[in-house]
Amino acid sequence: MERGDILSVSQLKVSFDDHVILDGISFSVRRDGTFAVIGPNGAGKTVMFRAILGLIPFEGEVEWAADLRIGYVPQKLFVAKDIPLTVSEFLHLKENDPHQIATGLTSVGLGESESSDSHRGRRLLGTRLGALSGGELQRVLIAFALLGKPNVLLFDEPTSGIDISGEETVYSLINKLKKEKDLTIIFISHELEVVFQYADTVLCLNKEQVCYGPPRKVIDKASLDALYGKDAQVYRHTSDRGHHHHGH
Amino acid sequence: MDTSLLLLLATGAVVGAASGYLGSFMVLRRMSLVGDALSHVALPGMAIALALGFDPLAGALLALTLAVIGIWYLGERSEIYPEALVGVFFTASLAIGILVTPEPELLETLFGDLDRIGYWDGLVTMILALVVFVVARRISSKLLLGVISEDLASSTGANISSVNFVYLLLVGVVVALGVKFVGTLLMGALVIVPAVAAKNAAKSINLYYIMAASIGILSVLLGISIARMFSVPSGPAVVLVSIMFFVLSYILKARK
Repeated sequence: MERGDILSVSQLKVSFDDHVILDGISFSVRRDGTFAVIGPNGAGKTVMFRAILGLIPFEGEVEWAADLRIGYVPQKLFVAKDIPLTVSEFLHLKENDPHQIATGLTSVGLGESESSDSHRGRRLLGTRLGALSGGELQRVLIAFALLGKPNVLLFDEPTSGIDISGEETVYSLINKLKKEKDLTIIFISHELEVVFQYADTVLCLNKEQVCYGPPRKVIDKASLDALYGKDAQVYRHTSDRGHHHHGH
Repeated sequence: MDTSLLLLLATGAVVGAASGYLGSFMVLRRMSLVGDALSHVALPGMAIALALGFDPLAGALLALTLAVIGIWYLGERSEIYPEALVGVFFTASLAIGILVTPEPELLETLFGDLDRIGYWDGLVTMILALVVFVVARRISSKLLLGVISEDLASSTGANISSVNFVYLLLVGVVVALGVKFVGTLLMGALVIVPAVAAKNAAKSINLYYIMAASIGILSVLLGISIARMFSVPSGPAVVLVSIMFFVLSYILKARK
């Protein structure tokens, strides 16, 4: 692993039974960088996340820096409505220090000090995890990931449509967090717009590695065709919104 | 009240607390039937120990440990919990147990017999149940996080596979301990029913744990008293008291 990198992946291969999900994935993530993983549905993005987190078996090499502290925000969390676990109790599962919990909550806009939202925050703390709305649950999951002072945050497909706090989206929150702390962000997305706006490096996946590098350099017609097929709707869609970020 | 009855009640209370507490995780994990099936495995273990002249508790512990290793292994190996296989295996062990158990002991091993619990028995049972309770308390955060999401729990550095294994072992021990009070057929109920009743009423997870353990204690205390008073087997008495708590909790929940 090179100096200044926090993660180095080489020839990663994941297969379930005889079915190859991912093959030939090699990349590295710079410390304090913002690294995006894009690809169509079924491209193996979440599988790659689970492999680098060590949750599933894989072939090849995954090497993390020695001082690694991971915060993981899963894409979905199905919490049964009848589990009597409050948000406050959920956060206490990872961290006993109330001060740290308060800090984590403040970071996602649920802190006591924030006048506009503090009432909502306090109400949320006593709410059952299974009764939260999608946006609230995402906030709580991010707060959970921030406990234990992580230096790497892995986000599996944060939904940008969800309001995190007033006008803040999950991506502006990520940006804010990066300014406040020494933090490397690795996130999965299918929104090109978001990748161009926030990521300094992108990895395009479609079972194998399609592109890797700075988004403006490596996301072009050829890699988009390889990702989404010819006449990719997703491409035109982002262009229509006036974001002419593509590099050709 | 004589000392032997006092010891009996105290032992029963500790076993009831440990059962209720452990059961609260089993219910959240939707493994209730595994808890029930597991209790049936104690029977052949006790039968073989009786036939060979050992303490039936040792036989029950051994049989349950083997069964727990089997359940854990199946759970680790397969994404989908192979509950059908568990059902087949455990009913088979119940059938074998009934055939092997000597006739005079059959009824009491199936339904519990308080008169067979001596002074040392009681003491050993109480200490083991306390150990189970303390260990369970220590792994409870990781265990619960694993119930919510195994990925999330692993990402915090917890070894979920070993946490699950320790948990199942604790369940095995508590079932072996409780079998004397309620018998192998009904012990599963003492693990599950208090937690189900608590889940109906609890607003937070801490309250849920406390209620499950308390209902476990009360079920055993009231059940043993009723069994003594009316000279009926203790197992059905204890379990019916816990069912009464379940009905109460259900009515309270429905009225809200």
